[in-house]
Amino acid sequence: MPERTSFGKAGAVPAKAYMVPNPPTPNRAIDFEPDLCNGCNRCVEICRSDVLMPNPEKGKPPIVLYPDECWYCGTCVLECPRPGAITLLHPLNQSVSVIWKRVTTGEVYRMGMLNPPPPNPRPPAG
Amino acid sequence: MSTWHEYVQRDAPLPEWPYPIRYGEEDALVTDVLVLGGGIAGCHAAINARRRGAKVVVLEKEATKWSGNGGAGVDHWLSACTNPCSQVTPEELTDRVMADSGGYDCGPLRYVNAREGWDALLDCERMGVRIRDLDGEFEGAAFRDPETQLLFAYDYQSRCDLRVYGHNMKPSLRSELRRLRVKVVDRVMVTALLTADGAQGKRVVGALGIHTRTGAVYIVRAKATVLATGLPGRVWSFSTEYRPTFRDPNLTGDGVAVAWEAGAEFARLEESFPDSGAFAYLPYGVGNAHNTWHGCPIVDANGKEVPWVDRDGTELRTAAERFRPSPGQRFMVGHGQRVPASYENHVKELAPDLPQRIARGEFVLPLYADLSRLPATERRAIFGLMVGNEGKTRIPVYDALTRAGFDPDLDMLQVPVMDPAAYGHANFWSGMAVPHWRQWGCGGLVVDWDLRTSLEGLYAAGGAVYGAGAHSSAAASGRYAGRKAAAYAATAPEPRVDRARVEGEKARAYAPLRQSRRSIGWKELNAGICRVMQDYCGEHKSERTLREGLRLLQGLRESEASTTFAANPHELTRALECRSIITVGEAVMHASLARRASSALLSFTRLDYPTVDPPDWQKLLVAKLVDGKVAVGELPLDYHLRPPYAPTYEENYRAHCDA
Repeated sequence: MPERTSFGKAGAVPAKAYMVPNPPTPNRAIDFEPDLCNGCNRCVEICRSDVLMPNPEKGKPPIVLYPDECWYCGTCVLECPRPGAITLLHPLNQSVSVIWKRVTTGEVYRMGMLNPPPPNPRPPAG
Repeated sequence: MSTWHEYVQRDAPLPEWPYPIRYGEEDALVTDVLVLGGGIAGCHAAINARRRGAKVVVLEKEATKWSGNGGAGVDHWLSACTNPCSQVTPEELTDRVMADSGGYDCGPLRYVNAREGWDALLDCERMGVRIRDLDGEFEGAAFRDPETQLLFAYDYQSRCDLRVYGHNMKPSLRSELRRLRVKVVDRVMVTALLTADGAQGKRVVGALGIHTRTGAVYIVRAKATVLATGLPGRVWSFSTEYRPTFRDPNLTGDGVAVAWEAGAEFARLEESFPDSGAFAYLPYGVGNAHNTWHGCPIVDANGKEVPWVDRDGTELRTAAERFRPSPGQRFMVGHGQRVPASYENHVKELAPDLPQRIARGEFVLPLYADLSRLPATERRAIFGLMVGNEGKTRIPVYDALTRAGFDPDLDMLQVPVMDPAAYGHANFWSGMAVPHWRQWGCGGLVVDWDLRTSLEGLYAAGGAVYGAGAHSSAAASGRYAGRKAAAYAATAPEPRVDRARVEGEKARAYAPLRQSRRSIGWKELNAGICRVMQDYCGEHKSERTLREGLRLLQGLRESEASTTFAANPHELTRALECRSIITVGEAVMHASLARRASSALLSFTRLDYPTVDPPDWQKLLVAKLVDGKVAVGELPLDYHLRPPYAPTYEENYRAHCDA
């Protein structure tokens, strides 16, 4: 289905507005990368809270219907066969207090900061 | 495009419910053993009942593959007293825990955990869960045994608590259920136990539930039933907007509610703990030194290290001392056991006067958890092994933090900046507790040495049993209860389901679909119930306010809760959960009325009976419904070691275990 508005596209002011309730809080909880997600719905099948619903358009990423019911368990990410297709987004009132400081330089970082440092690629033990 | 808001703001039609709507349609199942709850306890119960030849059905509200409070992984396996390296016997550990809980813990549950916890872990290893350092990553570490390759936690001398690579625990259990051809029905919320003749207090003959996606009704007739549902939540504190994320929000006491309504007997319902609710931080994802992070150095803003102390308050000189008992101490008991601290069980801790020392300016905020000060193996064990495998930390903490650039070799993780009083316990991510935002204590079903409840045909495991426990307790007790339920089912008469009860329950369950939208939805109802619990069953309780609270809950039940609307099967389930929560709240208030004394051991304060733990009140109060009325009795704390039972754990276990 063609997108008739430019909602969600950075840089463009939408020409049209809708009557919609405020977004539930936290707003997103789970984010899909549309180029990686093939809509297999394995995450939908295992989500404990039914946060995710299958997209009416086959092959498209699931719809985050109930982000306000997410437990942030991350099992959707563990279940996903395509690494990077799903990202867990902590609510801002939690991520804003995830802060760390480099011992040697004294530099301070936080989850969600502008211009973050490069990822630490080391996997968990086992 | 991911969210509903994005989807609808493109002139697309409002998406229809994606699953078939089957309101009122019945799926009938017949089995030997029915397991309610497919979490850790439920999976082990189902597997072991099936291994004994029983036909088994599991009803699970979420999706079994990753469901339950322990569903996203496990890093500690506590009470593995029979592992080849353990220096603690099951008897010693059980005696210690029972003494330190003031006797209020459940002896059979604790002993079964200590006796079979290791066996349950070996079962898991056979199913594909890694429990050993096979590739020698931790070779040479004080917490590793070279022969068995087992890794220990907390107390590297007593060696009964293990570190495990349990992130795939639930998928492994799920595969085993499939292999054994256990019928697992996901997405069914249990709304009633079925009893003989539909009567309260009679034999349990199955259960009825509603499918959370289709709204269909499931009617399961079973010779034996194992209740393996989790600890009730959303009872005192609820907000979907800003809420803690430590406990599974789908656990709403449905199991407690249906067993209570069926007339089963409960103990320790009056207990509740203060909770920090929405003030909590990312669990295990900010600087702390608790449980998974036990032993991590905490430093202040100027790099000054907060001392660790022993049970006499003496500062420890080395990090290694944090992980071994004090001179003269038999063994330490780890945090996850949920046993009150005592001189005998004491685990090394951060200086307990840290709040005062921060207030005096001796330590400057913010504090940091500095893993880089630990030996490389300890650091990797905490962040790479434990955080990498614990429930709810592999993705939400390990993956999220490393993706954001955190490196435990180079970085210190900041401890949240809080009121100095909040630094009294190294569990810093939990924030500061609010006295009247309570969390469920250790209430649950009273069981005998078969883990059978007071009702014929109904067994219980894990958090459904009164008393505290952790992941390994759920596994071990599920294992045991599954065997006992199968043994009972092998000779039990064919049950009969009372049709009138089914019809009554169906009418009750579907009521929210028939309501006018001029009423309220489940969220507002849940928050209203919580307000009653906070105000009338908060930290300070009294006869008059508890009775008023019961009147208010009854009022909610008759008014707002009876007209709550639901737009789809998901909302229907949530509305039914609110009814469970009301029932749970009522049971807690009734039990609270019955204890006419305060108790430090039960975190229970009565304004009208302020004396704390007087000797004549050191007993279990047991409550149940009889003909719809609450009946309260009492049991001696050691009822499980008195006639008709034998006087020792060992003898009772041998007589009943069916191993």
